[in-house]
Amino acid sequence: MATMKDLRGDVSTWCPGCGHFSVMAGIQKAIVELGYEPHEFAIISGIGCSGKVSEYIRSNGFHTIHGRSVPVAQGVKMGNPDLKVIASGGDGDGYGIGLGHFVHASRRNIDMSYIVMDNNIYGLTKGQTSPRSSHGFETKSAAQSNKEYPVDPITTSIVNGATFVAQGYAGNIKELSNILKRAIEHRGFSHVNIYSPCVTFNKVNTYDFYKENLTTIEAPFETRDEAIASIREHEGLVTGILYEESRDDFQTKLGTDFDMQSLESGPMDEALLKRVQKKFES
Amino acid sequence: MRKSIEWMVGGQQGEGIDSTGELFARTLVKHGYSVSTYKQFMSRIKGGHSNFKLKATKDRNYYAGDDVEILLCLDKESLSKNEDKLVENAVVIMEGKETGVERPEGKNYQILSVPLKKIATDLGNPLYKNMIAIGISSALLDLPQDILGEIIGDIFSRKGEDVVKANIEAVQKGYEITQEFLPEQIAKLEATENDDLLFISGNEATGFGSLMAGCRYLSAYPITPASEVMEWLAQELPAVGGTVMQVEDEIAGIAFAIGANYSGTRAMTSTSGPGLSLKTEALGMAGMAEVPIVIVNSQRGGPSTGLPTKHEQSDLQHMIYSTHGEIPRIVLYPSTIEDAFYLAAESFNLAEIYQCPVILALDLGLSMNKMTIPSFDSKRVGIDRGKLLTEDQVGEYDEAFFKRYRVTDDGISPRPKPGMKQGIHLTSSNEHGEDGYINEETDVRNKMMRKRLEKIKDAMIQEPYKLQSNGDIDPKNADVLLVGMGSTYGAIEEAMTKLNAEGKETFAHLHLQQLYPLPINELKDLFGNRKIITIENNYTGQLRLLLQQYLPIHDQIESIVQYDGDPFMVRSIVEQMKEVV
Ligand SMILES: Cc1ncc(C[n+]2csc(CCOP(=O)(O)OP(=O)(O)O)c2C)c(N)n1
Ligand code: SF4
Repeated sequence: MATMKDLRGDVSTWCPGCGHFSVMAGIQKAIVELGYEPHEFAIISGIGCSGKVSEYIRSNGFHTIHGRSVPVAQGVKMGNPDLKVIASGGDGDGYGIGLGHFVHASRRNIDMSYIVMDNNIYGLTKGQTSPRSSHGFETKSAAQSNKEYPVDPITTSIVNGATFVAQGYAGNIKELSNILKRAIEHRGFSHVNIYSPCVTFNKVNTYDFYKENLTTIEAPFETRDEAIASIREHEGLVTGILYEESRDDFQTKLGTDFDMQSLESGPMDEALLKRVQKKFES
Repeated sequence: MRKSIEWMVGGQQGEGIDSTGELFARTLVKHGYSVSTYKQFMSRIKGGHSNFKLKATKDRNYYAGDDVEILLCLDKESLSKNEDKLVENAVVIMEGKETGVERPEGKNYQILSVPLKKIATDLGNPLYKNMIAIGISSALLDLPQDILGEIIGDIFSRKGEDVVKANIEAVQKGYEITQEFLPEQIAKLEATENDDLLFISGNEATGFGSLMAGCRYLSAYPITPASEVMEWLAQELPAVGGTVMQVEDEIAGIAFAIGANYSGTRAMTSTSGPGLSLKTEALGMAGMAEVPIVIVNSQRGGPSTGLPTKHEQSDLQHMIYSTHGEIPRIVLYPSTIEDAFYLAAESFNLAEIYQCPVILALDLGLSMNKMTIPSFDSKRVGIDRGKLLTEDQVGEYDEAFFKRYRVTDDGISPRPKPGMKQGIHLTSSNEHGEDGYINEETDVRNKMMRKRLEKIKDAMIQEPYKLQSNGDIDPKNADVLLVGMGSTYGAIEEAMTKLNAEGKETFAHLHLQQLYPLPINELKDLFGNRKIITIENNYTGQLRLLLQQYLPIHDQIESIVQYDGDPFMVRSIVEQMKEVV
């Protein structure tokens, strides 16, 4: 069985105190506590400080491009359903450039987990407004305050059909790894948004801010509507598993017996050629 | 006896022009002719003139022809739009009040008017009018009626015996009308004995070649003229344990396929120009991360949304250069529908051998039109998965963390699949060291750039180009070399034959199938210092520019271009050649 040490990857370049450390530790802890081996996972990340997570966890990793970790991850799972697949990245990565993919992944329900490190800002590009920055938030790219309202990720995945939606907080690693364990074991698309403070560029959404403002939800809501109502009531500042539903994942729904892996070098399949060619014969 | 027949059906879109053309084409194929087809249509579902043209010959042909001998007009525009193609004594079949033949004054063709709609309605459905017209067409070629009957049986048996019967009656009506009104026009076309003919489109052949190469996954977004690759594989893949996914956009299309390839499955995406534009960032990722991927790009008229249902060959530079930075890639372009099958299969091998993107270019002419071709040979291309490791092979390296980007002599690193116990590895779109970890040190960067960009240098398909001439002309010594790519193959062949028949200078034809990396040394020998003319469907002469970039032929090369959305006519190539040479 893997230990935390087995899962240690490259040396991190994150700022000391960055919330992303806890998210990473939460993922590692979940893998260890669930008793998996590192090779059973593929961790697909996007670009941003958060995107480095696939390099820092020693498992199979694919550090992709900005906003595309979710489609790549779904392709990985389609190609090899035996792999445990995690996509992970930042709020800019997932809810800005990658928002479309996120919505479609929610409704498609491929069996994978999507873990977002939400710091309400663009970290790696040094502090511009993110689609998660609150209204009125001041950044370099919105000097006189943000005129827009933030994307709401958890109600988005809930309304679009995700079968597991949770929110965590980097300051509560125990709750976080419990959520992540449940998310990883959930069959279908599980979405976990995690408040992960950027200590360098975000002076509003700090650890203290979350400590004061977060409300814990003890058990998932029965219906999507109830979950959404509660999230709205708390202005999104909730943690816990918000909604969970057991529904066939995409591959089960397809009902095909996949064999996409066993191809070996050698001649073409003559029988297949003959069978299919018949359709074109005069 | 006729040597060949050139036939066209025209009408309003949505009136069954395509199915009428297809049905007649199948009848001819079944009769043993070699058939080439070309469809013209517009980017709308109903209305607007569309047509379907075909040429049938005894021997193999690759081009739907310049002329029309039988024109079936299902709308008024069909005649005015295609009058210039009619040959002496052509037969035009048209809707009319009464059946009768007339020769309009000052025209070289005759019109057979038939109350098609009325006869069809009497038989039970106005749509049967297309069948009457097919009956007339078949009778003009003296084709036995039973072949048509068989095909009608195949197509309409689902709809019940009555429908089959009515369709056959409509055809018979056509035969009767022909025998009564055009008896002197009836002439047989000599058939081949060949019975291993396939009738298939370029898109279908591409899908089929991919299937045979072991591709088990396609993710794409619909776009003309590439959609059919996706649709065809959607029918075929489930039976072999694969699947097609229509995903949210082109970016997802390539990203899913890259993910599937990374996991060890042979996977592809298919698109046309606008889609390729969207895919280019991920194309760069596949190059940088050394993940294999096959991208089919069926070109249409650009730029932007341009001419969405028309033919062009203007994505050449896009396919060869697109994405920021420099990546390894291979760009292939089949000359014929038959080649599309084999090159699709080779694409998957090259993608895995060289661990890089392979773009398989098609164009609308190649994608959407059908042709008769000989049966495929499963021995011609095998499956080669390159340095993809087995679990045992991975174990031999005995590494806790597998060096995915190991520097080797040939620049190609052994590749484990994710999920192997001793094969844990990191794949990265950032610059990285051998272990995959981000590394920006200058010597690492230099080493990795060299590794990636050198590895494809010698990549070569079995037949990177086709060189030929006709008569007893040695293509290597002909005075003028005509160079083309893709669906212009047949038109250039025929133009060359015509030019050679005139006997002033000798001509040869070279059709390039590997655009990148170019087989420079081979081409250098072939080109020598003779005159070279590229014949291409774009404005700037992209093929000429490509050749000029790599070969010292600046003063000896010129282009004939056409960018109006239609394919070249043999006639226009011959005329323009006379100006250039
Ligand atoms: C197509 C593209 N556009 C822009 C960038 C630049 N970029 C890199 S990371 C990033 C934002 C990162 O923000 P987020 O995803 O929230 O991650 P964080 O750094 O905050 O963890 C941007 C805009 C890029 N790499 N690619
Ligand atoms: S800039 Fe912000 S998000 Fe990036 S590592 Fe530093 S604290 Fe974390």
